[in-house]
Amino acid sequence: MPLVLNEEQNLLKRTAEDFFRRKSPVSALRALRDAHSVDGFDRQLWREIVAMGWPGAALPEQYGGLGLGFTELGVVLQASGRTLVASPLFSSVVLCASAVLLGGNEAQKSALLPRIGSGELLMSLALEEGPHHRPESVATTAAPHSGGYLLNGRKVQVLDGHVADQFVVVARTAGASGDLAGLSLFLVNRAKRGVSVARRAMVDSRNMAEVSLQDVEVPHADLLGELHSGSDLLTQVLDRGNIALAAEMLGSLQAAFERTLDYLKQRRQFDQLIGAFQALQHRAAKMFCEIELSKSVVLAALQAIDARAESISLMASLAKVQVAETFRLVGDEAIQMFGGIGMTDAEDIGFYLKRARVAQQTLGDEHYHVRRYARLRGY
Amino acid sequence: MPQPEQFREEVRNWLEANCPPAMRTPMIGDEDVCWGGRKFTYQSEEQQLWLERMAAQGWTVPDWPKKYGGGGLDRAECRILKQEMAALGCRAPLTSLGIIMLAPALFKFASEEQKLEHLPKIARGEIRWCQGYSEPGAGSDLASLQTSAVDKGGYYLVNGAKIWTSYANMADWIFCLVRTNPKAPKRDGISFLLFDMDSEGVSTSPIQLLSGASPFCQTFFDNVKVPKANLVGELNKGWTVAKYLLQHERNMAAAVGRGSSGKKQSIEQVAREILGEEDGMLAEPVLRQKLARFQIREQAFTLTMQRVGDEMKAGADPGPASSLLKYYGSETNKERHELNIALRGMDSLGWEGDVFDEGRIARSWLRSKANSIEGGTSEIQLNIIAKRVLGLPASS
Repeated sequence: MPLVLNEEQNLLKRTAEDFFRRKSPVSALRALRDAHSVDGFDRQLWREIVAMGWPGAALPEQYGGLGLGFTELGVVLQASGRTLVASPLFSSVVLCASAVLLGGNEAQKSALLPRIGSGELLMSLALEEGPHHRPESVATTAAPHSGGYLLNGRKVQVLDGHVADQFVVVARTAGASGDLAGLSLFLVNRAKRGVSVARRAMVDSRNMAEVSLQDVEVPHADLLGELHSGSDLLTQVLDRGNIALAAEMLGSLQAAFERTLDYLKQRRQFDQLIGAFQALQHRAAKMFCEIELSKSVVLAALQAIDARAESISLMASLAKVQVAETFRLVGDEAIQMFGGIGMTDAEDIGFYLKRARVAQQTLGDEHYHVRRYARLRGY
Repeated sequence: MPQPEQFREEVRNWLEANCPPAMRTPMIGDEDVCWGGRKFTYQSEEQQLWLERMAAQGWTVPDWPKKYGGGGLDRAECRILKQEMAALGCRAPLTSLGIIMLAPALFKFASEEQKLEHLPKIARGEIRWCQGYSEPGAGSDLASLQTSAVDKGGYYLVNGAKIWTSYANMADWIFCLVRTNPKAPKRDGISFLLFDMDSEGVSTSPIQLLSGASPFCQTFFDNVKVPKANLVGELNKGWTVAKYLLQHERNMAAAVGRGSSGKKQSIEQVAREILGEEDGMLAEPVLRQKLARFQIREQAFTLTMQRVGDEMKAGADPGPASSLLKYYGSETNKERHELNIALRGMDSLGWEGDVFDEGRIARSWLRSKANSIEGGTSEIQLNIIAKRVLGLPASS
C-alpha cells in the first residue's frame, strides 16, 4: 500500500483539523483547567465529535460504526492533537472499544460497542499499578468466587477514569507478578460495590484516576476474552493504543513546531529576526527531519493495523520511540526558542511541553519501547 | 504493445539467453562494478559482453527513449525488467555518473543536438563522465568558484583547478561549472560546460584519503580550448543547471550504504556472534540498546524514503525532501559504521593482511566520514532546509 493518505483520508484530515481549530483551540484546554472542570473535558464538544461519527470511525457498521479503519481514526486523533483537545476519544474509544471488539463475545460487543461509538458510554482501561508501564507486573487479583470472580487491587493511571462508567480491569487469575501468562480482563461497572475512584489531575491539564477494587464481585459473563491468557488481547490493545497515541502526539508536536517557527519569524533581537541565526536554523532543520520521520512511522503503523500485519507490535514500539523522542525534542526546543515568554503560563506553548511528558509516559515511555523493539527483533 | 505477461516472458527468456553466468553472482567489491568508458579495464570478458548486450537492447537505461539509446519502456515494463533481473540475480550492467547525474540535467536543459550527441554514449557506457564542481577555494560555498572560461570567438578558453573530482583520472569527459562573467554577482556569472578530458591542457592528480583509497582527484585546466557548442543551457545561467543536478546527487547520496550486496551479515547477526547472548538477549545491555536505537532510526528513515517516493508518484515536488534524505541518509550511514566498529571491537581496526581482510572494515568506516561532506555537507543541507523549506530569514 502506498505510504500516503488517499483522497478521502485527506478530506477527513482537513475536516478534522478545521473542526478542532474552530471548536477547541488550546484556550479551551486552558479554560477547563482554570475552571477546575468537573469532567475535565467539554461534554458539548464531545457530543459534536460524536455527531461527526468519529468515535465510530474504526468500528464495524453492524455495531453502529462507520466501518473505516484505524488510519482514519488516527487522522482524527492527529488533528485533535494539534490543539491538545481533551476528550475520551483515546481512553474510551481507542483502548476500550478495541478491547471489546478484539476480545469480546457477541453479547458483549453488541451491548457495548454501539454505546461507546455513540459516546454515551465512557470506558477506561484499568491496567497500571505503579509509576511505570509494566503490564507483566499486575498484582491485582481475580479469585474464583460463587460463579464469578472476586477482584482486589489498586489501579493507577486510569485515563479519564473519573468520568468512566465502566472499566476494563486487568487482573491476575494465575501465575505470579512478572508473568505475562495468567492475566485476564474483566468488565467492571463503576457503580459496583467495592469500586472507588479518585481523580488525579495531571500536569497536562488532563485527568487520570486511581481505582481501588475491594472484594468486587464480577460475574463470569463479564470476563472479557479468554481466562488466564488475557495478555494476548492486552498486547493487541496496547499496540493499537500506542500507535493511536503516537498519531495524536504527532499532531501536537507538529503544531508546537509551527508555533515555534512563527515565533522565530517574529521575534527581533540584535536588530534582526532571531530566525536568521544559524544556531537556531540548524536546530529547527533537525526538528523538521525528525518530524518527517515521525510522519512516516505513524502512517506506516496505522496502515499496519488496518492491514492486520504481523509487524503491528514492532511498528507500535517503533512509532512510540520515534514520536516520543521527537515530541520531547520539539517541546524542549520550543520553550528554549520562545525564551522567557515560553516560561510563562500566559503563552500557550507550555501546554505542549506538559502534554509531551505525559503522553510519552503513557503506555510505556521510549526506554520501555526501545527494550521491547530489541526483543521483537530477536536480540 | 505486448501484454505484460507476454513481455515478462520475453524478458525472462532474453535474460536467460544473454546474461553470462558470471554476471549472475552478487557483486562483492568495487572491482565488480562496471563503469564503462574508454579507459576502463573490464574485469572479465563476461562483464564487457553483458554491458554490450544490455546496451544493444537499450536496457542500461530502460526508461529512456530509444533515440537516445534507451529501451523506450514504460514504468510497468521497467518494473518487470527490474524484477526479472533480480529474480535471476543479474548484476547491474553499468554504473555511471552520466546516467545518474548528468543525464537528468541534459534531458532538462540541453539542446536536441547535445542530447543526441551525448546520451547514447552514456547509455552504451562508451563515455565515462566526471563532475567538475568543487574547487580548492570553493567547497560549501560552491558559487564562489573561480575556474574561468573566456570567450575567444570560436571557443572558450578554460583555466583553473577543480578538486574532489571523483575518478577524474578514469573519466573521458567532464561536466564542469565555470565562471563566464566575473563581474556579475557570483551566482549569475556561472555556466555549465562539457568537455573532453583528453583535451590539451587537462591534467589530474589523485588524492589519497584516510581510507588509503584515492577515489577523488585534483583536476587542472591550463588553457583548455572548449568548443562553444559544448555550453549546456544559457550562458551565465549555469547555476540553475548545477542546482538541478545537485538535487539528483543528493537523492543518490541518500541511498548510500543501502541495498549493497546481500551476502554480508546483518548487523544483528554480527552483534549476536561477537557479543553472545544471555536469556535470549545480547549479553551487552548498553550496546543492545544502541543497536536497537540505531535500527529504529534506520527503519524510520527507510519508511521516510518510501513515503517520499510514494508522494512523488502522487505528484509532490521532490525538492524539499532531497536535503532531508541527503542529511539523514549520510548521518545514518556514518552511525552504522560507528556501530559496526563498536560491535566488532579491535578486530575491526586492523589495517593490513589477510587476517584483517586488508582492513576492509576500518577502511569503509573511514570512507563513511566523507558521506556528510561530499555532495553538500550536512550543514549545507540544514541551511537549505531552514531557508527553502522552513522559510527562515537570511541573516542581515
